[in-house]
Amino acid sequence: MHPAFSVIFLTTLIGVGQGLFLALVTGQVYSLANLLQPQDSVRFYAVGSALSLAFLVAGLVASLFHLGRPERAWRAASQWRTSWLSREVIVLPVFMFLVFLYGVIHWLGWTQPLFRIQGVIPVDATLLAGVLGALAAFALFGCTAMIYASIQFIEEWHSPFTLVNFTLFGIASGFMLAAAFSAWSGVDLVGFYGAWAVVFTLAAGVSRLLSLRRNARLVHKSTLETAIGIRHNRIEQKSQGFMGGSFNTREFFHGASHTTVALVRLFFLVMVFVVPLLLLAASYWLASPGLPLAAFAAQYLGLVAERWYFFAEARHPQNLYYQSMA
Amino acid sequence: MTQLALVIDLNVCVGCHACVTSCKEWQTSGWAGPLTDHRPYDKDPTGTFFNRVQTFEIGEFPRTETVHFPKSCLHCEEPPCVPVCPTGASYKREDNGVVLVDYDKCIGCKYCSWACPYGMRELDEHQKVMKKCTLCIDRITDESLPEAERKPACVLACPTSARLFGDVHDPDSEVSLAIRENGGYQLMPEWGTKPANHYLPRRKTRIQIFEDELVRADNPLRKEGPLPAAEGETLDDVAF
Repeated sequence: MHPAFSVIFLTTLIGVGQGLFLALVTGQVYSLANLLQPQDSVRFYAVGSALSLAFLVAGLVASLFHLGRPERAWRAASQWRTSWLSREVIVLPVFMFLVFLYGVIHWLGWTQPLFRIQGVIPVDATLLAGVLGALAAFALFGCTAMIYASIQFIEEWHSPFTLVNFTLFGIASGFMLAAAFSAWSGVDLVGFYGAWAVVFTLAAGVSRLLSLRRNARLVHKSTLETAIGIRHNRIEQKSQGFMGGSFNTREFFHGASHTTVALVRLFFLVMVFVVPLLLLAASYWLASPGLPLAAFAAQYLGLVAERWYFFAEARHPQNLYYQSMA
Repeated sequence: MTQLALVIDLNVCVGCHACVTSCKEWQTSGWAGPLTDHRPYDKDPTGTFFNRVQTFEIGEFPRTETVHFPKSCLHCEEPPCVPVCPTGASYKREDNGVVLVDYDKCIGCKYCSWACPYGMRELDEHQKVMKKCTLCIDRITDESLPEAERKPACVLACPTSARLFGDVHDPDSEVSLAIRENGGYQLMPEWGTKPANHYLPRRKTRIQIFEDELVRADNPLRKEGPLPAAEGETLDDVAF
């Protein structure tokens, strides 16, 4: 498949936004259970929500560049019964609204408990918005990944790994950003978020390596014989029906050499899984506020390469009709 | 229920591209607006087509067969491109089973093209909407045309009648008969898309003639002499 940067930025940016929001809610739940120091509503949660929202908006803007007719994008909410894309189009604004709500309630300081669960756990409006938002974040991970995983012919994508990878990559990069944000704003949560970022990054690493192994061993169902229905071991394409290229040769081929693709894979494996962990470890010893930010930046850059590779590694069965390029 | 479809006879197709050009002509001058081209008279011309003819060589020289393979939307009975459309622009007509795109609703997200294993949909680079073979829906449903002309442009243009058009759900139709009797098959049956369009395979038609059927025993033009009566009656004595 042709890696479109609009979609690469959409999926990676909203992944960061979702992960950061989940990190904020996780922090709040931890402090509720007295496992962490409670943080300042305005300076930490409200600003953090705004940061999460900024990533979500940036992703949404990037997605519009993917559309031929962005002015009609509102129509995309209509087919939620059958289309995962349509479901994403609905869940994304709902999630953005909940993030906005969570941030605004924190900003206004409406943190008086509304009621207590079993007389112990105080539940305020921010916690309700946070839990609803967290559910929406997971729903959004599901919708985004299922857009790819639900296409059964693109066998590299049609696997539970797609779902797991999208979720873990989003959460890992979000917690990484939470660590960077804590370090930058001088909040004493760098160790907490950093540790979780490492856990999620390693989990994503295991899942991604397994999916790389699965895709390397994949035997495709369709062959040139089934594509044109001629049962012969030796079929050679003499003409593809045109000379100057078509939508089929542009949309379904990445056009990069094997070396480039292999280099991108190496690059994302190092940048997503190795470099951020080293930078976080260094920041633990040096207590530098800049290093977690560098760790997030490196991982995000790696995730862009990972998403590029995700598209490049997918071989669409229509490519069988273009043997000279396949 | 009616399911209109094409049956393409690979045994007859000569790869002349008449279906390609007549399709382009009809669609680009039709009510749905032009089927645009990009750099048509320049280097690397490209454009939107509903129909392409590809050529494959089967076997190893000198024992080869050249197969011309016309490729257009197969109007699947379980079209995977339709449910993925987020706007409902992509749909399958209830009355005749033709898969169509509503160009006024399409947002050009290209998701349906990913969901088609055959790569039969193309994004119009100028109008920025997804396009595909309509089976000349404006022509086959136009009752002001004489019935013989209510066929897709490609079918009418084919000089060798390699393209048949009809209802594949009607067991007595020309297309059903061709599929049944000439080994009609579907492309990539492994995906369960149930394409309505079928292809007829290459097949050899040979007359069996034995040597003795070529020589008349009582050839009147041969050198005069006594007739070979001793050999008894020949086929020519009893047959006309």
